Amino acid sequence: MAEGKDHNNILDEVTSGEYKYGFYTDIEMDTAPKGLTEDTIRFISAKKNEPEWMLEFRLKAFKYWLTIAEPNWAHLHHPPIDYQDIIYYAAPKKKPSLSSLDEVDPELLDTFNKLGISLEEQKVLAGVAVDAVIDSVSVKTTFTETLSKKGIIFCSFSEAVREHPELVKKHMGSVVPYRDNYFAALNSAVFSDGSFCYIPKGVRCPVELSTYFRINAANTGQFERTLIVADEGSYVSYLEGCTAPQRDENQLHAAIVEIVAEHNAEVKYSTVQNWYPGDKEGKGGIYNFVTKRGLCRGNHSKISWTQVETGSAITWKYPSCVLKGDNSIGEFYSVAVTNNYQQADTGSKMIHLGKNTKSTIISKGISAGHSNNSYRGMVRVAKKATNSRNFSQCDSLLLGDKCGAHTFPYITTGNESSIVEHEATTSKISEDQLFYCQQRGIDSEKAISLIVNGYAKEVLNKLPMEFAVEAQKLLAITLEGSVG
Amino acid sequence: MKETNSSVLESAILKKFSNLTLDHADDSDYMTQIRRQAFEAFKSGGLPRRTEEKWKNSKFDQVLENQMEFLTEKPEYNTEVSEIFHCSIHGFTTQVEAFLNGWYYTPNKNPLKVHDNGLIIGSIRAAQHQYPELFNLHFGKIAQHNQHGFSVVNMGLFQDGLFIYVPDGVFVEESIQLIKMVNAAKKLMINTRNLVILGKNSRLSLMHCDDSVNHQSSLINTVSEIFVGENATLDLYKLQNINDVTCLINSTSVWQSRNSRVKVNVITLNGGTIRNELNVDLQGEGAEADLNGIYLMDKKQQVDNQVFVNHAVPHCNSSELFKGILDEESTAIFNGYIHVNKDAQKTNAFQRNNNILMTPDAKVDTMPFLEIYADDVKCSHGATIGQLDNEAMFYLRQRGINEKDARLLLMYAFAAEVTDKIDITPLRVNIEDMVKKRLRGELSICEKCVLHCSTPDIPLEFEIDLSKI
Repeated sequence: MAEGKDHNNILDEVTSGEYKYGFYTDIEMDTAPKGLTEDTIRFISAKKNEPEWMLEFRLKAFKYWLTIAEPNWAHLHHPPIDYQDIIYYAAPKKKPSLSSLDEVDPELLDTFNKLGISLEEQKVLAGVAVDAVIDSVSVKTTFTETLSKKGIIFCSFSEAVREHPELVKKHMGSVVPYRDNYFAALNSAVFSDGSFCYIPKGVRCPVELSTYFRINAANTGQFERTLIVADEGSYVSYLEGCTAPQRDENQLHAAIVEIVAEHNAEVKYSTVQNWYPGDKEGKGGIYNFVTKRGLCRGNHSKISWTQVETGSAITWKYPSCVLKGDNSIGEFYSVAVTNNYQQADTGSKMIHLGKNTKSTIISKGISAGHSNNSYRGMVRVAKKATNSRNFSQCDSLLLGDKCGAHTFPYITTGNESSIVEHEATTSKISEDQLFYCQQRGIDSEKAISLIVNGYAKEVLNKLPMEFAVEAQKLLAITLEGSVG
Repeated sequence: MKETNSSVLESAILKKFSNLTLDHADDSDYMTQIRRQAFEAFKSGGLPRRTEEKWKNSKFDQVLENQMEFLTEKPEYNTEVSEIFHCSIHGFTTQVEAFLNGWYYTPNKNPLKVHDNGLIIGSIRAAQHQYPELFNLHFGKIAQHNQHGFSVVNMGLFQDGLFIYVPDGVFVEESIQLIKMVNAAKKLMINTRNLVILGKNSRLSLMHCDDSVNHQSSLINTVSEIFVGENATLDLYKLQNINDVTCLINSTSVWQSRNSRVKVNVITLNGGTIRNELNVDLQGEGAEADLNGIYLMDKKQQVDNQVFVNHAVPHCNSSELFKGILDEESTAIFNGYIHVNKDAQKTNAFQRNNNILMTPDAKVDTMPFLEIYADDVKCSHGATIGQLDNEAMFYLRQRGINEKDARLLLMYAFAAEVTDKIDITPLRVNIEDMVKKRLRGELSICEKCVLHCSTPDIPLEFEIDLSKI
């Protein structure tokens, strides 16, 4: 969101509620030919000057991918995806090696300004280090110098492969192995870029790290990969935002996010996902199939996921925590909004392996229009995870009688000293609340926006400040036109 | 199903299917056709495996490699029913309908009894010939016969079952008690199928007891179809108290018409591997379903409750409450499913599953699902897995109650939320006693009764001085 706008005027923006990020920037692209074969993977790897071990990893993943079938258990309906009709690599041409922002392609900078994430402004005002990934390639990482003084590595994934191969080799695939699922295997084979972040022992990252993803070129898929490693006693807060231009055809986005938290480390990962959701008839939009998982490897470690999902025609996403270390903590806060013909099947997995582990899941689903919004979550307490504790709450709000809200929790407990609680409710906006607002002169659309924001507050409060503002606006925009 | 990996049981079933025409020569044309269709469905589908979503963590795949036999011929019985089946619940008389090894037990060769008020009770085999219009109208229409392999097998191979028809406006005063016993020297696969039809404004209370009297590992596969007419009331009690090696699939499907009321209590006290499927289809406005269950498992037993409630029309209420205590190495699965159709506005649906684990080896899987397509609804669900409340325990202990008794008392209180819902007082008292006995680790066996109920003369109390509390 552009800086300087009056944040109190969120509701005014509701009226202009078409997808705001639907512009397309004419940047010259360097693309791979359509389709996926071993050659495509060799092409991507060669383009990125990757070492041999990386290529081997990709090919192994590709071979495995060929043997498995697309999962169909999710509550989603879409025409089959033609994996041969996708361009797997698209990079802004003449990618310069940049040392300052002035050298960035001005058109690209303009794109970011339109997005409201002006690199310069953000850099100065918000103190956020941004790594922007446009169509698969990481364009610019700001603030690197400040970070490097503390020993923090924050760079594009390909850079990390070149500069820090030992770290990448050690951690890549340790949380989400390429055999994990269909889309993870696909990503492992064709991923083009992403972000890498390493926080050394005992360091508290002074700024919030941020990645911005954007799909720009037509017919391309975006396959980025994020790896965050928080060493003993460190802390980092990481933000991720996504947008895409308006297009009639569906585009595929299959990403992987891996987080490793060692002893006493804490990672906070926040996402505002606003991929193009398709138009009012459900045409176009991004297919978002993402595997996000954090591993609390060390004792007393903590991983917290916060997500605001407003975009994508299809969302298939289950940010998870594997609580391996004793006394480790996993958290998941989510607001998922679907409107028109959007479909979301999202939730979280909490796998308790260590003793005295704790997890919390708060999920708020809002469905409007003809959309379907499902929460699918898993809580598994292993036999050895004694004295573990989980609390899950998933509420669904229905706006209109043509949408659906579903809850599919899977809970397994294998020992007698743990406590697992799950509760969920589904309802519509209460007539009383609506009446109260309207009687005070707030029209129904604004009233609904207000009530929905209040309903999602519990989660929005967990977002870093700048994101919270953007998320509130997004909620309002997504729900525009859903009333009546 | 591929021939190469078909299991021992599947092969036996296929063989049995190929004898269809011989085994069921007396079938009506309608029935023959249904059995043929089931045969075709089984050939392509086979039996469910653990890999299937609805059978995840189920122990039923163990049964696949068992050599089972079928009792094709109805055995001859000469004894009076009351000599074998003797059930005395103080102050509670029932009309006993007994099945032995899956065959309707009639000492007087009369498979269908017609009462003065028009109530018809008897064997489903006889009913298909004598009341074809009633039978063909409902049979196979209420239960989804292609739900899974076992229901397909039941459709094709069912040997006998109970048929009840309650005419419009008839209140059946005496509860009907359906007792299914297994007593055979061989391992049997028993497929029975019941059809219960309640006319308009009628009332029926039905007890469905599954029992075994020997220690063979049988596979009992029962499907019950129940049609509940307009403004009719049904109370259904399912009591399960079988041996530790028997596998039981008890699938009950209920179709509810306008303003009908159905109350189901599933009481699972003992059993090797039990799968209870309960499908309730609310097809008339104003219908109400109250579904309750309690399961108390130990050893290596498993109970799997699959409860599906379909809200097809507006203004219906449903409530599910399932509670369980898991001891030793027992496991429990609960999958509740509330489906609210697009037009089913003003729906109230509630679902809760509470579990207590007593040992580190017990395990619970719970999946309380909601699928909702209407906006003006109130739906909620909750699930907990935990242990006895430490504070409550402390409270009892500090009043001088020993640990064992305190635990029993708390467990009993936990179960009481479900057993309290039984409306027939003598039956409730009896089931409460059975629960107490079960919690004390005694298999509630009394000499004569197959139901293993307690004798009413000896009151069952905990050895607790209640004045201390």
